[in-house]
Amino acid sequence: MKRRNENPDWQELRLGNPGRFWTVMLLLWGLLLLTLLLNVNIGSVSIRTRDVFSMLWDGLRCWIANVLTRGGYARELAEVMHRSTESQILFSIRIPRMLLAAILGGALSVSGYLLQVFFRNPIAGPFVLGISSGAKMVVGITLIFLVNFLGSVSPATLILAAFLGSLLITSVVLLFAQKVHSMSMLLVIGIMVGYICGAVTDFCVTFADDHDVVNLTNWSMGTFSGASWENVRLAALLCIPGVLGALALCKPISAYTLGEGYAQSMGIRVKPFRVLLIALSSLLSACVTALAGPISFVGIAVPHITRSLLKSAKPAYVIPAAFFCGAVFCVFCDLIARTVFAPTELAIGTVTSIFGAPVVIYMMVKRRRNQEV
Amino acid sequence: MEPYFKTEAMAVGYDGHILIHDINIRLEKGKILTLIGPNGAGKSTILKSITRHLETISGKVFVGGQSLQQWQPKELAKQVAVVLTDRIRPELTTCAEVVAMGRYPYTNLFGHLTELDKAAVREALERVHALDLAGQDFATLSDGQRQRILLARALCQEPEVIVLDEPTAYLDIRYKMELLDILREMAQQKQLTVILSLHEIDLAMKISDYLLCVKGETIEAFGTPEEVLQNHAIEQLYGMESGSYNLLFGSVELSKPEGAPKVFVIAGGGCGIPVYRALQKKGIPFATGILFDNDVDFQVAQVLASSVVSTPAFEEITDGQYQQAAKLLLKCASVVDAGTPIGTRNLKNHQLLQLAREEKLPIYPVAKG
Repeated sequence: MKRRNENPDWQELRLGNPGRFWTVMLLLWGLLLLTLLLNVNIGSVSIRTRDVFSMLWDGLRCWIANVLTRGGYARELAEVMHRSTESQILFSIRIPRMLLAAILGGALSVSGYLLQVFFRNPIAGPFVLGISSGAKMVVGITLIFLVNFLGSVSPATLILAAFLGSLLITSVVLLFAQKVHSMSMLLVIGIMVGYICGAVTDFCVTFADDHDVVNLTNWSMGTFSGASWENVRLAALLCIPGVLGALALCKPISAYTLGEGYAQSMGIRVKPFRVLLIALSSLLSACVTALAGPISFVGIAVPHITRSLLKSAKPAYVIPAAFFCGAVFCVFCDLIARTVFAPTELAIGTVTSIFGAPVVIYMMVKRRRNQEV
Repeated sequence: MEPYFKTEAMAVGYDGHILIHDINIRLEKGKILTLIGPNGAGKSTILKSITRHLETISGKVFVGGQSLQQWQPKELAKQVAVVLTDRIRPELTTCAEVVAMGRYPYTNLFGHLTELDKAAVREALERVHALDLAGQDFATLSDGQRQRILLARALCQEPEVIVLDEPTAYLDIRYKMELLDILREMAQQKQLTVILSLHEIDLAMKISDYLLCVKGETIEAFGTPEEVLQNHAIEQLYGMESGSYNLLFGSVELSKPEGAPKVFVIAGGGCGIPVYRALQKKGIPFATGILFDNDVDFQVAQVLASSVVSTPAFEEITDGQYQQAAKLLLKCASVVDAGTPIGTRNLKNHQLLQLAREEKLPIYPVAKG
């Protein structure tokens, strides 16, 4: 540091630190691989690691062949997947579940990050602003009332419902954001709106048939346990383009961190950009809420951890790193939820809260100390 | 010469409510325009309107021959850059990164910085003498440093016009001078057109080619500092009810002590000013003389003394003026000898002192050195 001050050399000007970024990415990939393997191995039925690898290898090989030949190996693939009880557990339960946890965890982190960019405050997130509760409310209404008209509810319908709920609550919060300029007040409003949505959801539950409520209760606990390959495909289809979309916005996001005034003076069309941010964030959090129920604190804690790891707020670094960090975090939390009190399963939100909330408290305390809120 | 920047009958305000109308500015390339005026007069509103942060209510703004509406946002960003009053706090961002954001209109979809862009960042940092801050976290800077980095960011945008809203607020005198020096340099060397608002009238006079006085519903005055600032322009512009502003010195004096003079100050050649100010602080009304009207003391005496005996510059002091001074002196309870050097032209001041001694008036000499 001292030396740089005395001898300012262009080479030493820090315009991002790619070395650190790739180190963090490698670390995250390593951790993801590790947690994924742990997840595949550990469970009520223990499978020998060697078998896991051989089954994985067979499965992967057949799957690739199947994709390359456009369905030519479908029979072999099915055979590998249903060869034994163990392979069935592996291919129909554990692998889809952990893939879903990874994708949705990553999506949730990026969604939180986008909200933080939008509100220019690191404590914003889909859960604290009541957006998850809004999504839950609309999904609840769908599960209880609309189910009679629609017959059955597909995951895609749930995602649409959650997306509408997210957008609804986001617009309510935005309306308030125009009136109150203090972030703490906005958070309080978010929490209150969350309670109102919770109340509406409870109200619906009270007047619903028991049979419908079971669905809702299971879902609203927040869990990855219902994961199927269809869910994984849907999540990947929506979340990966969503995250790539966020990545494509990294240049305006970076300029936006200087505030709206500067952003506009640099040539950003601020209004469409803001709409795009909110739409992307809502889409990602809606996917998560619809497929796994409300999951708390990932959206705030993970981007913060990511920034601290990277020691940079450069969006081109933070977005991909936050995605993988969120994936690791959720796969890890799901592992705990699934195994610690087995055979009883914890709600995923319970575990993420235990790990996520302290991070948020730490951030708020540090923020109070360092600067005006 | 066709102005590079101009406004035609521009009206600005919020929510369709007109605050100031008929703003006509014409500014050639490489000139500096300063907006002065009291707080809340609408300086920021005008600046925001010419940077498109606020839509004008009527009238037009032209930059480089095109109206603001005709410019594509990204192309306009290559013409106009800003330094705002917004207090920004990007987290974990180095100064070099903040400056590099100025390259926004030039970089590709992902904001990749080419060698050319990096050279521009470096040049901008050098311009504001902040190359040593490049690697520092922006959040840890002092106000002065922060303002320099934000100026570097604006320069890095390579604009033709730069708009600065109160860039010297929060800065101490050294950083103020530095900042304005950089702007002057850029205007001269790079033909950069500068539009800024300032609270410091003295600095505004010195840096600006044009001044725009903002007060009330229309523009009070627009022109060169010499045209705009005449007589009591500043007192009127700011609605000063007490005190005065000296245009020649660019300095202020507090209000004149009221009442009949109690002290007579024999002054001249600059010795009087500290005495006048000391008396003003104590609230003692005084008379002073005999001053030549080109004397520095005369400038301050005019606004602080109850009465001043003066004579045109380079003329002998007449007996009439001496009598006038003597009359005032005899009415006073005491005399202060400010220690003015006595030469052939102001011997009469020596006579005044003698008169005071004869009349046994208490005489307070001002210690020298």
